[in-house]
Amino acid sequence: MKGYRKYFLNKLAWFFVTLVFAFLLNFILPRLMPGDPVAAIAARLAQGMSNATGVQAIYEQYTELFGTNKPIIEQFFIYIQNVVRGDFGFSFSQYPRKVADVIAASIGWTLALQFPAIIVGWVIGNSLGALAAYLRGGFDKALLPVSIFISNLPPFGMAVILLVIFGVQLQWFPTSGGYGFDLIPSVSRTFLWSVITHYQLPFWSIVLIAIGGQAIGMRSMAIYELNADYVKYSRFLGIKDRTIVWYVFRNAMLPQITGLALAIGTMVGGALVAEIIFSYPGLGTTLLNGILGQDYPLISAVTLIITLMALIANFLIEILYGFLDPRIGAAQAD
Amino acid sequence: MQHTLRQIFRSGKFVVGFSIFAAILLIVTIYPLLVRESPLTIIGQGTFFPPGIYVSVYDSLTSPRYTLQLDDAAAKRLASRLSDDDRLAMKEWLVGAGLLESEIDTTDTARLLGLWEATYDPAKRIPGLTNAKRNYYVRLDASLDGLLATEGLSLATKDPQTGALIETGQVAQTDYANVSQVANLRVLALGTDNFGRDVLTELVTATGVSLQIGIVAGLVATLIGLTLGLLAGYVGGLVDDVITFVTNLFIVIPSFVLLILISFSIGQEQRGAFTIAVVIGLTGWVWTARAVRAQVISLRNRDHVNLSKLSGHSIFRIIVADILPYIASYVVMALILQISSAILAEAGLSILGLGPRTTDVPTLGQMMNWAFIYQAYILGKWWAYLPALAAIALVSFSMNLMNTGLDQVFNPALRE
Repeated sequence: MKGYRKYFLNKLAWFFVTLVFAFLLNFILPRLMPGDPVAAIAARLAQGMSNATGVQAIYEQYTELFGTNKPIIEQFFIYIQNVVRGDFGFSFSQYPRKVADVIAASIGWTLALQFPAIIVGWVIGNSLGALAAYLRGGFDKALLPVSIFISNLPPFGMAVILLVIFGVQLQWFPTSGGYGFDLIPSVSRTFLWSVITHYQLPFWSIVLIAIGGQAIGMRSMAIYELNADYVKYSRFLGIKDRTIVWYVFRNAMLPQITGLALAIGTMVGGALVAEIIFSYPGLGTTLLNGILGQDYPLISAVTLIITLMALIANFLIEILYGFLDPRIGAAQAD
Repeated sequence: MQHTLRQIFRSGKFVVGFSIFAAILLIVTIYPLLVRESPLTIIGQGTFFPPGIYVSVYDSLTSPRYTLQLDDAAAKRLASRLSDDDRLAMKEWLVGAGLLESEIDTTDTARLLGLWEATYDPAKRIPGLTNAKRNYYVRLDASLDGLLATEGLSLATKDPQTGALIETGQVAQTDYANVSQVANLRVLALGTDNFGRDVLTELVTATGVSLQIGIVAGLVATLIGLTLGLLAGYVGGLVDDVITFVTNLFIVIPSFVLLILISFSIGQEQRGAFTIAVVIGLTGWVWTARAVRAQVISLRNRDHVNLSKLSGHSIFRIIVADILPYIASYVVMALILQISSAILAEAGLSILGLGPRTTDVPTLGQMMNWAFIYQAYILGKWWAYLPALAAIALVSFSMNLMNTGLDQVFNPALRE
């Protein structure tokens, strides 16, 4: 157990390091813009907003919020303080709404959409990949090119294809939004049904993309494992094929879990774009609105939240990995 | 080298991928030599003209006329102006207006039209008729005028003084113009986009620009990754610690988020295609660095490297002569993947409205973005987005196929 504790503490420390780094990047990058960031923000804002008092209020609030007149180190701590309190200031494009409110309204949609989709895609993809490696022959020959092709479609491409086929041509599912535009969110049967039908297309577009990439990785891992000495030895011993396949699957799965931890950021990025295609009311669409509205505080907050989500997911997967891989306990105990 | 190349080209996957890629490259190079029009010229007044051959109506009236007696001409003319759906809709209205269903035969055009003209009244209220449908009937009724006429049309010009119309000619229903004699015709194989630009020309240019972005970004990413990986792996010690730390940081921070933040910070005016490419490259090097480092570490203590060290060769020479050749195949494969993922990254950025600025050149991602903004997906204007999507998928697919082929050549465990 001592070995595990060391592993967890190590991962936890790393999580905090990356967290600080994420804050730093989010803090520094916009300050690389030439000139006073608050003035730049206000200038951009003035193009899109007619409410003069609103502009003035935002300018003053941001000078205070960013503390641009103070030294940069102090600014950073002010920024951290605000972020920890969940205070991202006002949204430019949706003034007088607060950025925190805008995000609170959309983050649930994204969480409910992306994580189930990525996990389902991961499970199906890995099963298919392992099956292809084990069966070889026709199944493998068909699966590999299809997987390569699917995983090379840009995420929004898959979304567009599903949208056009199932939404526009067949009209099986609605094409945009998170629920019917004529409904008010409530716990009624109509509303839930509407949410479920709106969920399908974005969900499957993310799942399909994940399947493609995972199947390819799992296939090569499993082929590698199938040629390993322990498999040959088990065969000599006369162990049942099914048992051997289970060993192979388990061993090949471990690197796939690490792969998931490392790829989660990319997947979330792709899924955000898929959300946009379906105008799903999650963070992706919020981000798009922020960009269209030149709404810097909103963009900054959304990117920070996305980074945090990816970091937390990464951390959780690595903790899970620690439990699954027997080598970790052994290696750290030395 | 020759042997390796021969081996590579024996891999079926690589050859297929390479052929697709070469074909795309060929089209991208040759097409602009044939069509010299700027890809962003707006030629269509209006949005989303469907693909086809556009013939000037004015010029076809003045071009030489030929009389052809074709039996099916009248039937075809009728079918193109009054489709089966229209006939059913007419029947529906007539039934709604109180006529007996058995009396109406949608295949007998003359009778149907007669009934229609006798009964149709736009002011009449039919139960269950939506406003859109009502407008549709008004349009349909207008288009039926002269449907069964057998006379030709008169051509007339306006007298500049009096404004009176003077007949200058007749067009009979049996008059034909030879397409090759019509002065102006334009082939729009993929129609026009939302701005009225020729989609095919735009697509070819966009594919070229996207490839350039991919190549620049891929080279930048691979160069950075290779340099850092070599340094970390070969020099080791503190250098390795620092580089590994930075690499691990950037692996968990989603590069997409970095891309968004940087592109937004640069601002719309400064975002050229080249800048975007460099930014994509700057955020995409981590995987290469990590893998190169791992490979270099396993090479570092090989006998030939130690021998080189003993001979007093410089670090630079050892890296170039004793280490690079061993990881060259990997680096090429990584470069290919970097190029394809950079093209996808550009497309993703453009969908968000953070792609290269729109005034200089089109990119595949921007074409998707325009199609998205103007709702081509919902409106069923497939030519505005499907070709661009197919181009992205084909480029990326061909590169990954090449990569898989190379992988099978250089990684014996995966060989079939």
